[in-house]
Amino acid sequence: MTETRTPSRRTSSGGRINRETSLNFTFNGKRYQGLAGDTLASALMANGVDVLNASFKYARPRGLVAAGAEEPNAILQLGSTESGQVPNVRATQQALYDGLEAHAVSGWVKSQKDLMSRFLPQVGKLGGKFMPPGFYYKTFMAPASLWMTYEKYIRKAAGLGRSPLENDPDIYDHLHQHTDVLVIGSGPAGLLAALVAARSGARVILCDEQEELGGSLLSMSGDCLDQTLDGQPASEWRDAVLAELAACDDVLLLPRTTANGYHDHNFVTLHERRTEHQADIAPVNSRGARQARSRLHRVRAHRVIMATGAHERPLVYSHNDVPGNMIAGAVTTYLTRFGVAAGDKLVLSVNNDHAYRAALAWKAAGRDVVAIADARSAPSGALVEAARAAGIRIITGAAVIEARGDRRVTGARVAAIDIDGFKVTGEVEELVCDTIASSGGYSPVVHLAAHTGARPVWSDEVHGFLPALGAPMLKGFDACGAANGSFSLEDVLVAAYASGVAAVEACEYPVADTIVPAVSALVEAPMLPLYQVPHDKPTARAPKQFVDLQNDVTAAGIELATREGFESIEHVKRYTAMGFGTDQGKLGNVNGMAVAARCLGQTIPDTGTTVFRPNYTPVTFGAIVGRHCGALFDPMRYTAMQEWHVAQGAKFEDVGQWKRPWYYPQGSEDMHAAVERECLAVREKVGVLDASTLGKIDITGRDAREFLNRIYTNAWAKLAVGKARYGLMCHDDGMVMDDGVTTCLAEDHFLMTTTTGGAAAILEWMELWHQTEWPELDVQMTSVTDHWATLTVTGPEARALVGELTDIDLDRDNFKFMEVREGMIADIPGRIFRISFTGELSYELNVPANYGQYVWETLFAKGEKYGLTPYGTETMHVLRAEKGFIIVGQDTDGSMTPEDLGMQWCVGYNKPYSWIGKRALTRPDTRRDDRKQMIGLIPRRKKAGDERIVLQEGAQIVFDPDHAIPMPMVGHVTSSYYSPTLGHGFALAVVKGGSARIGETVFLPQADGSTLEAEITAPVFYDKKGARQNV
Amino acid sequence: MQRYSGFGLVKHALSHHEHWQKVWRSPEPKKEYDVIIVGGGGHGLATAYYLAKEHGITNIAVIEKGWLGGGNTARNTTIVRSNYLWDESAALYEHSMKLWEGLSQDLNYNVMFSQRGVLNLGHTLQDMRDIQRRVNANRLQGIDGEVLDTQQVQDLVPAMDCSASTRYPVLGASWQPRGGVARHDAVAWGFARGADSLGVDLIQQTEVTGFRKQDGAIVGVETSRGFIGAKRVGVVTAGNSGVMAEKAGFRLPLESHPLQALVSEPLKPILDTVVMSNHVHGYVSQSDKGDLVIGAGIDGYVGYGQRGSYPTIEHTVQAIIELFPIFSRVRMNRQWGGIVDTCPDACPIISKTPVKGLFFNCGWGTGGFKATPGSGNIFAWTLAKGRAHPLAEPFAYDRFNSGKLIDEHGAAGVAH
Repeated sequence: MTETRTPSRRTSSGGRINRETSLNFTFNGKRYQGLAGDTLASALMANGVDVLNASFKYARPRGLVAAGAEEPNAILQLGSTESGQVPNVRATQQALYDGLEAHAVSGWVKSQKDLMSRFLPQVGKLGGKFMPPGFYYKTFMAPASLWMTYEKYIRKAAGLGRSPLENDPDIYDHLHQHTDVLVIGSGPAGLLAALVAARSGARVILCDEQEELGGSLLSMSGDCLDQTLDGQPASEWRDAVLAELAACDDVLLLPRTTANGYHDHNFVTLHERRTEHQADIAPVNSRGARQARSRLHRVRAHRVIMATGAHERPLVYSHNDVPGNMIAGAVTTYLTRFGVAAGDKLVLSVNNDHAYRAALAWKAAGRDVVAIADARSAPSGALVEAARAAGIRIITGAAVIEARGDRRVTGARVAAIDIDGFKVTGEVEELVCDTIASSGGYSPVVHLAAHTGARPVWSDEVHGFLPALGAPMLKGFDACGAANGSFSLEDVLVAAYASGVAAVEACEYPVADTIVPAVSALVEAPMLPLYQVPHDKPTARAPKQFVDLQNDVTAAGIELATREGFESIEHVKRYTAMGFGTDQGKLGNVNGMAVAARCLGQTIPDTGTTVFRPNYTPVTFGAIVGRHCGALFDPMRYTAMQEWHVAQGAKFEDVGQWKRPWYYPQGSEDMHAAVERECLAVREKVGVLDASTLGKIDITGRDAREFLNRIYTNAWAKLAVGKARYGLMCHDDGMVMDDGVTTCLAEDHFLMTTTTGGAAAILEWMELWHQTEWPELDVQMTSVTDHWATLTVTGPEARALVGELTDIDLDRDNFKFMEVREGMIADIPGRIFRISFTGELSYELNVPANYGQYVWETLFAKGEKYGLTPYGTETMHVLRAEKGFIIVGQDTDGSMTPEDLGMQWCVGYNKPYSWIGKRALTRPDTRRDDRKQMIGLIPRRKKAGDERIVLQEGAQIVFDPDHAIPMPMVGHVTSSYYSPTLGHGFALAVVKGGSARIGETVFLPQADGSTLEAEITAPVFYDKKGARQNV
Repeated sequence: MQRYSGFGLVKHALSHHEHWQKVWRSPEPKKEYDVIIVGGGGHGLATAYYLAKEHGITNIAVIEKGWLGGGNTARNTTIVRSNYLWDESAALYEHSMKLWEGLSQDLNYNVMFSQRGVLNLGHTLQDMRDIQRRVNANRLQGIDGEVLDTQQVQDLVPAMDCSASTRYPVLGASWQPRGGVARHDAVAWGFARGADSLGVDLIQQTEVTGFRKQDGAIVGVETSRGFIGAKRVGVVTAGNSGVMAEKAGFRLPLESHPLQALVSEPLKPILDTVVMSNHVHGYVSQSDKGDLVIGAGIDGYVGYGQRGSYPTIEHTVQAIIELFPIFSRVRMNRQWGGIVDTCPDACPIISKTPVKGLFFNCGWGTGGFKATPGSGNIFAWTLAKGRAHPLAEPFAYDRFNSGKLIDEHGAAGVAH
């Protein structure tokens, strides 16, 4: 089968394309050529490619409808490599570049030669009947077991483009901008508002989503019908204003930049596409660096001026989705800006003057305008007269009621209509054409103004929604031009000037002289509201009249929704999926509301308002993430001794943001072997742990001691200078939330330690209480976690080893347990804390972090003769568990009180001032004696080798293993290890009423169906009297 | 009620769909009802449905200030699971799960409950301890679940980066095969249709402005359309519950926070399960339409505006890209927010109140959607009998006085 080559639709002259530079691209694997300045859409149109996709639900052929952000159909997959794939690109907003590769997103139209595509229209027509809105709620229910199968096929048929399967090679930047005035949109309104602000000295950002700044001025053809500004053609005025703005130091011009979200307090996200017009993957610059594919500007503006223009509404008539049906403004834009005619024979169906431009431009391009159907009975404006003068046939009081054709429009059925009676009144005339352009009026682009919840307000004058300016959520926010319902160029410029002046005044700059440009007169007569066009059959029986093209929502579907009782517009939208596409209903929502209003016999404002949410147009996740991905997702924290740990082959564990040495395997050791060796080294000789990650908060102030009294459960009134104490913190619900040792360095100076993971949260917690509850306390808190490197030297040889490094007197009577000393450590000034988390004689050496590795290495130089062994967090866990020391977050879970942990000794109920958690701890449930309490467990050993049994951490504990499911659980294992010192496994656990059940047996049902047994013991397994740390 | 079926659909197609009945009436409120449900979201509608269906009470009104199912029912990320840690919660959510499993057939309305499985990822050793603990508990509670290792997770989710080179490598996950997603709007509509067909009056666009009491007992509600009498009143108003309690004359330990969600543009199927991560802090599934449906935690501040702050969206997307770097070039279509009522222990309040005959069902926080049928079912029982359903007993509001909290924070710190 040979394809008949469609003649080029490119006009012979005009447009903003560069006819000298042709660009190669492919669509569905076929090669085409376009011109520099084309969008992918205009290039496809120029090549006569009519069908771009099959529709989402009914698989109907679809082509271009619009020329901008409102395009619902031309959603394509871009990318020449796997990693460069870009799903769901709107062809109307994609600049053409050489080598661009695009595909239809619906697999069914891979090629226009594809056999399937011949049948598509028939499939769509047939299937459509059985797929009214909500059909899936009404079926696929029997048999219930088959739903997952049905769903698989539903999922396969759905979805637009596909995700790349390889990682993104591109990078994305974030910029933080502060500006006096942010102007969004660079049409005549935006340009003039920005000019006023810039001339007055304000800092200005002007952004526009299009490739070039200028907005609607870019589509003015410059012929006699187009208006002049100060006597200049629109394009010359644009060039002059832009040149002046570009010369201002404090003006940032951002083309290809979409304002996607408007957030509270004039915070606006701008997405600047830096390279998408060049390639699917950002180019590498001359220095070999990959360019940022896009920039996300996070803008705080004193004033925001929304000059985003308006979207034309298509009319809703039968088969208005067949390729060749377009909105009138798009036809004009393709002609005037890109030099492409959508076809040869045009029928225009309108309710306003403005859209006549399409017919005039069409005629000027030497194409045939078959007729204009104008719903108004006596249209009369200047453009109408121009059309008449050009000999164009105008059929008044009429509209296109149905398009003919399957894969391309072949004709239009035009009839006289009665709008109020919603019926066709005259004979239907069949016109032969290949293009139908329609215009039902213009919807101001109010999206941004609605993002903070200010609902747009319907205007009967504009026949559209306007931004709710003045609403509390729109403080400092203004709109002008078509975005605020001013459609004539004169009105637009007057309003823009006023907005610019208001912004300048709000920013307290003197307003510089600027004169609103004089505009040549052009009289436009009022429009006549028309949304859905009546058909000679009732809506339910008429050929499909599409409202939302991307989601295949029809007028009949909306009518059905209202018939079924979905009366709120939100229900209608959700039931039909109207407005839920990637175009967010830019073309269809107002029409849909009009259909719903008609069906319900009420007005559009009675039917509801329309809600918009960020993003205005979709933004890549990569751009939102910026550099906060990969290694920078959550920056890693290392201690000062990291290099040494790595060199020693340590394995690491993530604790909070820190990478901590987990264990140090030697040779072929696995973790268990390494941990056993490390444990024994500490118990028998000496070991060292890098404890730098523990949170350290420096607390100063006259009331520091009182503050600690309120934050901790235990008493701090009598802690002498130079002494340290273990402290426990509860949440206000009385549950343990953190612990650590705090040292009194001076009467008004304490150093608090926290858990590694809890440090930041605890500082925040304390600041919260200080700032909101007890601001009268004189206390200051500073995180000093990474100011200090901490080396925990522990084991029987600790004193001898540390003594070789320091001038501090380590004599057991002069430097007692729970005391601190300052002095030199390996010739570095530091502090030594005599505290122990292993139960052995321990000294925690603290030196400024920058000397950490030096002191660590010095320690090892001296330590060899003592058998110094580095140990990691796993060994630390075993050693502390042997002593029954808890780890908050492992042995506690936010439901444990100090008493549950057997730490009554750490609660000062008699402290004079209440403390956080005290009241909660006096509630009846927290005083029960059958609460889950911390105990020890030793697995029952029944045969040789059972001493190696290690209970699973997280294992559930029951008293009766024979109970049916659900089986009552009485606790769980929190920590569990093999102890080389004890020679058997042991665990810490919580058990209901456990402290009164010492010696009893509990059961641990395993995932494999077996059950382990264990004996409840006290939670201290080693050196119960604490003698070893007091030597 | 018009029965729905594939056959019916064909029949209606032949008559141009002109004979479909209304899914619910729009009645004028009566002077008095046996039971008034305040709040026409999923939970309220389910309550009315089960009251009528299982307790024979049909003189019921559901009073909704906006449109049915327009609050958090319309705004959540539709995840359904029951693998909670504590017995009290697990029993509650598993009760709900069992109702989910027959819901489409019971309602004759396809709520598209898709049991595609839920993964809760572990990224740290402590995550894995917590996962073991929770799955062990679930096994003894009779709830399905297992602990998967990294490779098993990768096999289920080929699109996810399960390599060791990520910032927080996936160490494993809990896997509940019966978990999944459902079509949120359909749940509200299905319950509404079911309730209406049993005689329940669904009264929309009517705001309850106060509660009328006599001798410490409820006698009805003041509304924007006047007083409506009631013998019992159940309040199911999610983020507005604190406001309603104040009108009723008491306080609840609730904070109302924004919770945001977002969707990507529709994609061809790429993700077949629900993936949740506490540690990286995000969750994602793919809707039948192809959107990636994404969420994370609440915004830190309190408020009633149904929108959140942009940094929360940024953090959420960062988490998703950490898990799925290949989604970097996929685009975010839309974001939105709802208001969730959070309790100090992240568990609901299903309870009588100091006002006789007035009951509250609230505090579902970030996890209410999955509980919809179960919540409605036991709240209906509670309203019918005038005392707490056994599954609701632990969720009495006096637990905040007694201290008998059911702290799910430890097990489910992330919103869901």
